[in-house]
Amino acid sequence: MTKTPVRFVLNGTDTGVFVDGGANLLDVLRRSVGDLSPKYGCGQGTCGACTVLVDGLPHLSCLVLAEAIDGRRIETTGGLRQGAQLHPLQRHFMDGFAAQCGYCTPGMLMSAKALLDRVPNPSRDEVIEAISGNLCRCTGYEPIVDAILSAAAELRGRVA
Amino acid sequence: MLTVETYQTIQQAAGALHGRSRYLGGGTLVMRAVNYADQDFDHLVRTRDPNLRAIQIEGARIRIGAGCTMADIIGAADTAFLAPVARAIGGPAIRNMATVGGNLFAPHPYGDLATALLALDGIARLTDGSEQPVEALLATRNQIRGLATSITVVRPMGDDFRFLKVSRVKPKGVSVMSIAVWTPRSGGRISGARVAYGAMGPTPLRAKAAERALEGATRDRSGIAAALAVATDGLSPADDSLASAWYRREVAPVHLRRVLLGEDDTR
Amino acid sequence: MSSIEFRKDLFANERDDNLNEVGKPTIRQDILGHVTGSSKYYDDHLFDGLLHMRCVRSPHHHARIRRIDTSAVERMEGVVRIVRPSDIPRNLNTLLSLINFGRDDEELLATKKVAYKGEPVLAIIATSERLARDAVSAVRVDWEVLPHVLDVEEALQPNAPVVNDEYPNNTFDYHERYDHQKLRFGDVETAFANADHIVEGEYQMSPIEQAPMETCGAIAAPETNDRIVCHTSTQALFFSLGTTAKLLDMPSSRLHFVGGTVGGGFGGKVDSLVEPMAVLGAILTGRPVKFMWDRAEEMQVGAPRGAERWRIKDGVMSDGRIVARSFTGFFDSGAYTRLSSYAIIKGTGHLPGPYSIPNVAANVYCVYTNRTPATAMRGFGITGVDFSIECQMDKVAEVVGMNPIDLRLLNAYRDGDMKAHRRVAKNTALIECCQVVAQKAGIAIRPDLAKASSLIGGGGDRAVIPETVTDQASRIGDRRRGAIPTEPLAGATSKGRIPAGTSGEPVVAAEPQREDMRIDPARVGHAVSTVPKSASTSGPVTTPSVVSASATTPGPSGAVRPAPVPTVSPASTTPARPSAFAAPIPPRPTTPGSPAPAAAVPADETPPPSPSTPGGSPHDPGKPFQQGVRRPGVSRFLSGTRRR
Repeated sequence: MTKTPVRFVLNGTDTGVFVDGGANLLDVLRRSVGDLSPKYGCGQGTCGACTVLVDGLPHLSCLVLAEAIDGRRIETTGGLRQGAQLHPLQRHFMDGFAAQCGYCTPGMLMSAKALLDRVPNPSRDEVIEAISGNLCRCTGYEPIVDAILSAAAELRGRVA
Repeated sequence: MLTVETYQTIQQAAGALHGRSRYLGGGTLVMRAVNYADQDFDHLVRTRDPNLRAIQIEGARIRIGAGCTMADIIGAADTAFLAPVARAIGGPAIRNMATVGGNLFAPHPYGDLATALLALDGIARLTDGSEQPVEALLATRNQIRGLATSITVVRPMGDDFRFLKVSRVKPKGVSVMSIAVWTPRSGGRISGARVAYGAMGPTPLRAKAAERALEGATRDRSGIAAALAVATDGLSPADDSLASAWYRREVAPVHLRRVLLGEDDTR
Repeated sequence: MSSIEFRKDLFANERDDNLNEVGKPTIRQDILGHVTGSSKYYDDHLFDGLLHMRCVRSPHHHARIRRIDTSAVERMEGVVRIVRPSDIPRNLNTLLSLINFGRDDEELLATKKVAYKGEPVLAIIATSERLARDAVSAVRVDWEVLPHVLDVEEALQPNAPVVNDEYPNNTFDYHERYDHQKLRFGDVETAFANADHIVEGEYQMSPIEQAPMETCGAIAAPETNDRIVCHTSTQALFFSLGTTAKLLDMPSSRLHFVGGTVGGGFGGKVDSLVEPMAVLGAILTGRPVKFMWDRAEEMQVGAPRGAERWRIKDGVMSDGRIVARSFTGFFDSGAYTRLSSYAIIKGTGHLPGPYSIPNVAANVYCVYTNRTPATAMRGFGITGVDFSIECQMDKVAEVVGMNPIDLRLLNAYRDGDMKAHRRVAKNTALIECCQVVAQKAGIAIRPDLAKASSLIGGGGDRAVIPETVTDQASRIGDRRRGAIPTEPLAGATSKGRIPAGTSGEPVVAAEPQREDMRIDPARVGHAVSTVPKSASTSGPVTTPSVVSASATTPGPSGAVRPAPVPTVSPASTTPARPSAFAAPIPPRPTTPGSPAPAAAVPADETPPPSPSTPGGSPHDPGKPFQQGVRRPGVSRFLSGTRRR
């Protein structure tokens, strides 16, 4: 069986793995690298649970050919906090009860981070649009939107 | 198991394609098939060709690289008229991945952008240098040899181009139908109208009876009445999990009126 | 939060109502794991040498399996094991067998025929998911396609295809007597005759997929000392544990089940189909095995909330009082029983909804069709009929020209009223809910109803169980001999009357099916009542001439009781043993021509054979674990801690 070497930066750390032909990024992150934060929900680009950032932009890792990310920069929820310090998004998700079963949460956080990295002061509609590719089945969209908006406000306060 | 082949140019990639291979663009369709172990192919062919993502104006038309993503279309000033279409596709992650070229081959009920390209007199350029109207390409896309490298469309004037995606889930859902209309006018009367539907057949299709009925008409309620009466003539929509064929036929004239008159479909 | 209005006065007698959590913000105890992506769902356990299991599934709704050709697979790279039905020690189960309700009717891997699209017939274990998928595609099954039935009422026709061999009449057998669950309260026929209006409606709900974000699955791996650890998505850890122990015929003490972190369930993760497969794979290969549904399987094979069809007939007086209500209900159980039989018992106990109606009757059918088996989902058994009832209430309001809220207030049950299943209602509060809804929505209601209270006016005459008309129509198997009506009391050749005030009979709680699952009173910390087996031969409470009396009532009142586990007594593991549910059954009347179902066999008095599995004798819950498992939960295959 042929394995292809792939190198990328995962949450700031140089990472190298050998991947099977046709392996997707989600499986490689989870099984080969051991970053279990992105989740499998559908394998077909419907649910958003596997969302990661590739060069800062949200991608569905289950639909990304692993060897195509050679040389790219990957961010996952597993690397969102800085040491012991939670990212404001994480804290507002906690305080605002924006997770119930928690399975959609890593994908939601990545979509939210991609938005806030580019749009520090999003409108409610922009937040809804940003997570429109992320399904939640415990019906938590409203607290999720609220949490993202309050995290944005806190991040703006820090800058000002 | 799968073998992945990576080529420097799209022409090389096209040359490497055979019956057991698939060209990997943005991955949103092909990787899904890979994940579910589609047994019809065991080779993936891809390219690092940078020319596929160019967007450039060519007189009255604009050329869009087949490798441009939906996000590229939204981000480029020259394709602002297509931004509402690209924005209607998937969520942000899908739009960072899905390509223009892939959308031409997206099966029902996908292909909203292809619907718009069809309405805007799209012409695809293939790897062998030949050009093919999007309409002909869609009709024969299952047998096509080679790959599309770029597509040109007309640059519509003012609000001559309009697009509507109808879905049952807000803010995002798969198309019950999408409608793209291009109604160039001279002296207030429509001349050379294009009406295209997505999800009203196996591929995006033109509603030619409606196009004929719009010829010489004014773009107002009475002017478009004749077109609405033949809104689905010649189309055979399918029953699927999103809507029945009957439902699609019933609501098509309503949505066609809304898009032609620029009425808010209320979100 | 400030919009929450507490009406503690309505529940003053019930409990200490100093709410510590409701209405106050709280932080979930597990949320730090969720927001950091470190909560461990079943698939978040890494094992070296993990194998992947996938199933060969039926493309047909109903088909006989002529032959399965795996010759191509046997030569394929990466294939470790082909799992056949014969590898499963005891390949027949029904989910509620753990509480002895219903008969085993479903194979884990089908042997002779499949009865729904997606039913598994074979499994393949390979070194990667892709190789397992490729191998599944290479299996050739020779199917003999059979006629199928997808509609509940078509399935009740005499010539309908037999969906489930264990229930050849396409209906679950209720109380070993009827092909439906009966409810009889008062005399609906006389009340209909005296009513000013008859209002009828038919309501249909489609199946609903729970669609959890995380698909169903399990990873099983050999642990130390011949135990198997199983990480599972289950919502019902002990259902899954017991079901696995039963199907694989092994003591549950050999199984170390780990669950609790579930990526959404909503009822769709109780069926315990994935755990036995993963554990079997681990036993057969000696390696960690993952059995995980993909999204397509979750949608096609994952059991949904079942479809329901309800017909409701109301007798209504011109002033809006509903004096009689009769139901004919059909639950689409799909191809196997799972939980639909129980959902019907629960739903029937709920009739006629939160209203006091003096005459109520219902026939509710648990019907087998060639659709995906149905299971639990959020309030199942109640949701569908409540939808129907409330639609019907609006229809009644329209007929009598009343505001729909007034109609509900007028007919609402009150504290102290007798419900049709012969329990007195308490903490009803529907009246107050309606009043608040009307006020918030700005709907004017009748002054007398605006003053009504759920605490006043109930009980008294409304607490009396009326004299009740009964019938014995549509016994098990009757429908195969010719079409007969489905609605209550129709087609009854003779009717009985049971005197006013007759309650149901006590129902013996179900018994655990396995010896090692018997409740030890010392461990549960309170007294456990064990009902002597002789109770099952005691006579009926009502007069012997009224044969059907017992069956009219015990279901709803008693059925809800088996679920709480504590009242349980010893068990049997013999598959053919009849259900001990509703044990006090009056002497069976000899009906000529009626089949003699297995249920007529007297209860098995012999103690259950103890499983003779290599793993040793069953776990004795009275003693702490003494099987040499010094570090439970630690697998020699576990590598997750090393990596993280």
